[in-house]
Amino acid sequence: MSAVADTHAQDHHHGPAKGMTRWLLTTNHKDIGSMYLIFSFAMFLLGGSMAMVIRAELFQPGLQIVEPEFFNQMTTMHGLIMVFGAVMPAFVGLANWMLPLMVGAPDMALPRMNNWSFWLLPAAFLMLVSTLFMQGGAPNFGWTFYAPLSTTYGPPSTTFFIFAVHIMGISSIMGAINVIATILNMRAPGMTLMKMPLFVWTWLITAFLLIAVMPVLAGVVTMMLMDINFGTSFFDAAGGGDPVLFQHVFWFFGHPEVYIMILPAFGVVSHIIPAFARKPLFGYASMVYAVGAIALLSFLVWAHHMFTVGIPIFGQLFFMYATMLIAVPTGVKVFNWVATMFRGSMTFETPMLFSVAFVILFTIGGFSGLMLAIAPADFQYHDTYFVVAHFHYVLVPGAIFGIFAAAYYWLPKWTGTMYDETLGKTHFWLSFVGMNLAFFPMHFLGLAGMPRRIPDYALQFADFNMVSSVGAFMFGATQLLFLFIVVKCVRGYGEKASAKPWEGAEGLEWTVPSPAPYHTFATPPDVK
Amino acid sequence: MASTPQNNGRSSNTRVVAWCLGGVIGMFGFGFAMVPLYDVFCEITGINGKTAGRYESTQATEADVNRTVTVQFTAQNGPDMPWVFKPEVRSIKVHPGEAITVNFIAENPTTRTMVGQAVPSLAPSEGTGYFHKTECFCFNQQQLEAGERVEMPLVFIVDRALPDTIHKLTLSYTLYDQKLEVPAAETAASESTTTNRNG
Repeated sequence: MSAVADTHAQDHHHGPAKGMTRWLLTTNHKDIGSMYLIFSFAMFLLGGSMAMVIRAELFQPGLQIVEPEFFNQMTTMHGLIMVFGAVMPAFVGLANWMLPLMVGAPDMALPRMNNWSFWLLPAAFLMLVSTLFMQGGAPNFGWTFYAPLSTTYGPPSTTFFIFAVHIMGISSIMGAINVIATILNMRAPGMTLMKMPLFVWTWLITAFLLIAVMPVLAGVVTMMLMDINFGTSFFDAAGGGDPVLFQHVFWFFGHPEVYIMILPAFGVVSHIIPAFARKPLFGYASMVYAVGAIALLSFLVWAHHMFTVGIPIFGQLFFMYATMLIAVPTGVKVFNWVATMFRGSMTFETPMLFSVAFVILFTIGGFSGLMLAIAPADFQYHDTYFVVAHFHYVLVPGAIFGIFAAAYYWLPKWTGTMYDETLGKTHFWLSFVGMNLAFFPMHFLGLAGMPRRIPDYALQFADFNMVSSVGAFMFGATQLLFLFIVVKCVRGYGEKASAKPWEGAEGLEWTVPSPAPYHTFATPPDVK
Repeated sequence: MASTPQNNGRSSNTRVVAWCLGGVIGMFGFGFAMVPLYDVFCEITGINGKTAGRYESTQATEADVNRTVTVQFTAQNGPDMPWVFKPEVRSIKVHPGEAITVNFIAENPTTRTMVGQAVPSLAPSEGTGYFHKTECFCFNQQQLEAGERVEMPLVFIVDRALPDTIHKLTLSYTLYDQKLEVPAAETAASESTTTNRNG
């Protein structure tokens, strides 16, 4: 019997505890997974409402709703909350719920640390959001918090922002360690590494990325902290430092970070597409190697975010080619998904709709990324709405659609109730149309030269901005429908779900009843 | 990697956690190691226009009179720096190999003693490695009394090995207020600025 099962034996109960203590003290991976998912959805709504403020201000040219200072706080907080509060915790929540079920383990390897790593998050985000009410306002320097904007010229609340980043960083690192320990030590007998489901593989690699770069983020904010409060000059040219150094260190974290947000989504759609195409995943091994290749390459491309700072021609060429090289393993993945669908008996339930949209729209985002990778062209696109369009295309229909797909796919397993298929499809189509309306025109705005992070714009951009705002409102409002669908499901209104509600689904998680019992796989299953 | 993973128990978890924590601490250290690495890298390659420290000429080189290179000087002030700071000559034609002295002028128009530090940058960065300073005011901080005006010397040699493609070098200095000085003058230092400052 494993150490983890022993821990549970000491708990003297077999079901969840009653009341608040269940949630405060739980070490159960399913409880913690649920809390992560609920927290991340709350943050998604909060960050989303900030996006609504941004789009409302940009609905028409001129300044009408908010002050420019507040607009800057909104763009900054929207980015920080979506990246660190919505997308990352959502994937950690999915990992908590699904990894033990997928590898046939009774729980995560380090359940108490799991509890701690979750409860650090509300503390971190309480601190971050509280800066909105502080004198001088919230951080207003963009989610990338470039020095000296964030050091010399930042608001007094910057120090609180730094501590919040430290705490959420510690939380992510603990989550990553837990994932690695679970995957390496807790697999059921017979589950070799190359038999692991792809969501497990992508999360293993993501966890290594987290361990490699979250400390670098902690380092860079620590340097900021020292520059601001202790008189050092890491990023201050007056004392011999260099503001460009900030960008190097930040993007050394920042580029792997974008893969941290997308790799688990790759894993999710690699489960869903085979399930609804009723064919095994095409090229399993190449999928694993492609994810590994993407993760390794992600450490060698950071300077493509900063072509315009004046890096020498050799550097530009290196980072340009290295960036384009990432298109190769990514292309392998896209072709594998398409090949999986090819001649499959496809049906289009909500998870599949989100997954197919993921493949198509993420590819569009990938292509605009290739355009941005071309160093000479990047001088034109840099800091325009084209960049905004690009990263929203990889993050919204990439990461977010991946999370929605996962939620619909596994909701029956989590709740024991089927979600309402009609409402699910409505949610998909409204999200799909809204999201494209919101972000597609931004490509044109950016190519025409509209700068990002500015609350006002020239008159010729008015029409596209209005379309974009309408799409954003539509996308935003639609997410309340998702909340309704999930709540309905959780409360048990709907068809009872069988242990395996999807006929083409594969994996150990479908061998346990729906809803998944509080404790599963106390005895490890046999994997052939 | 273990092939029968579930039988390894607690010691195996401890090992994984130890390795991961090692990685975390190592990467945290790497973040800080990037600071000196970046400086060394920039100095070796001359990227970013960072000129090296004092140049010790091993032997007197002869001027290459057949070649002329234009060296331009610019001077500017960092944020909140009230000094007058400018080069005596804006541009000078030199032969590679000869030692040239030029002066920069600095004047402290305020009513308090201040300390300034000039930070150099050279363009194009390909020429950085061929621009040697044997004497420069930028090697030290400058302290000026209220109203004091000084001429600050710079002695430099353009290397004879300067690539043929470079005909013009631009040396730029930015002068920063070091804010270190004299406690008595501190009261005057609290001029309002338009932006928020931390701390």
